[in-house]
Amino acid sequence: MTRHLTAAIAVLGVATLIGLDSLETPPNPYKAPKLLALGSGTAPAGGFCGALPDRPQGN
Amino acid sequence: MTTLSDTSEIAAAPILRRGTLVLAALALVAAVALLVGGRYGLLLAVGLGFGIVLEGLRFGFAGPWRAMILRRDPAGMWAQLLAIALVTLVALPLISASSGELTGAQAPVGFAMILGAFVFGAAMQVVLGCGSGTLVNAGSGNAVSLVALPFFAIGSFAGAYHLIWWTDLGALPVIIFSGWQGVAITLAGLALVAFILWKLASPENRRLPRRLTVAAVLIAGLALLNLIVAGQPWGVVYGLGLWVAKAATAAGADLSGSAFWSAPASADRIGQSVLTDYTSLTNIGIIVGAWFVANWRNGGLSQSLPKLPAVAWLAAIGAGFLLGYSSRLAFGCNVGAFFSGISTGSLHGWVWFAAAFVGSIYGIRLRTLFQLEPKP
Repeated sequence: MTRHLTAAIAVLGVATLIGLDSLETPPNPYKAPKLLALGSGTAPAGGFCGALPDRPQGN
Repeated sequence: MTTLSDTSEIAAAPILRRGTLVLAALALVAAVALLVGGRYGLLLAVGLGFGIVLEGLRFGFAGPWRAMILRRDPAGMWAQLLAIALVTLVALPLISASSGELTGAQAPVGFAMILGAFVFGAAMQVVLGCGSGTLVNAGSGNAVSLVALPFFAIGSFAGAYHLIWWTDLGALPVIIFSGWQGVAITLAGLALVAFILWKLASPENRRLPRRLTVAAVLIAGLALLNLIVAGQPWGVVYGLGLWVAKAATAAGADLSGSAFWSAPASADRIGQSVLTDYTSLTNIGIIVGAWFVANWRNGGLSQSLPKLPAVAWLAAIGAGFLLGYSSRLAFGCNVGAFFSGISTGSLHGWVWFAAAFVGSIYGIRLRTLFQLEPKP
């Protein structure tokens, strides 16, 4: 067996994750934010590694 | 006998394969941009860029730390410091001037944070893959990283689940170096570390290869793009934990017992597509980008899988879980805390660096103990 197998499993895993997630929580492009956060006029709201639950802005 | 026609076909095969890879990457980004949103497509492209540069130019974190500890070779660490310095020069003034649209990787220094960084440093040397490295290695077919990755995600989910209990053990307020003063302090700190590495390095290793210089500049550019597009710096571990939180919720699990996962912001993200989560998008991009590079290279995936003893595979599972769990306590991994923390002025990035480096010294010994080193 070579790395062809393990690399394929990794990429198929990602594809499965996206596929199953899209069935459960389908994306809505009409709710998409502006292309860039810089200049958007809105505070960042993404999750981040340093996030605490009482700090919903992510950091 | 090989005919001219056969030779042409052999020569055309890599071109066809590589052309297909480029088209696939463009199609992937376009699909996400159209079906989810332009910002998300752009973030996926940034993630693909990270994966391509990290794998293509062999830029990493765990490996260079190991090279410094074992061989007193500082080249990889110098490249990391250069990339961090370049991001600092732009990111800190930009965050100060952005009137709240951009934020840094800011977190408090605390007991659990230091312990988490120490454990992460040790665990990343056991599997020889950090936050970004485990993703890159899995995408390029490294079996140990592929085994560690799902447990990394489970650990990240569990670490976030218990995060408040750990932070209640004691933490300082968030300390940030901001603006041009922050730039000066951060660059001085990076220069001091670079000088210490130079003093400790073997004389024959006191050079920075061109490949790593190019990689550092590209990684810095992508990290800045991440900040400008997402409004927050490059991170890894939040996204991995979110994948497990979403799976657990879909399976009917009740996360109300966790202050972190039941918080409104977390619950909101669990209810949205994974393709709208910034760290998930760059994580996906890193795995796929590394896979593209491995496929691009002739014979890039033809290496045989390692034959390791059971204890080594068990160590990969345990270390994978600890990578995820500890990085949540530490408010980030080598990317979210070390790279993004320092480059956006957070003191916790520096403390993370010190604690994780000490952990790495022990982790290198554990890697041998768990028989993850190939036998000579």
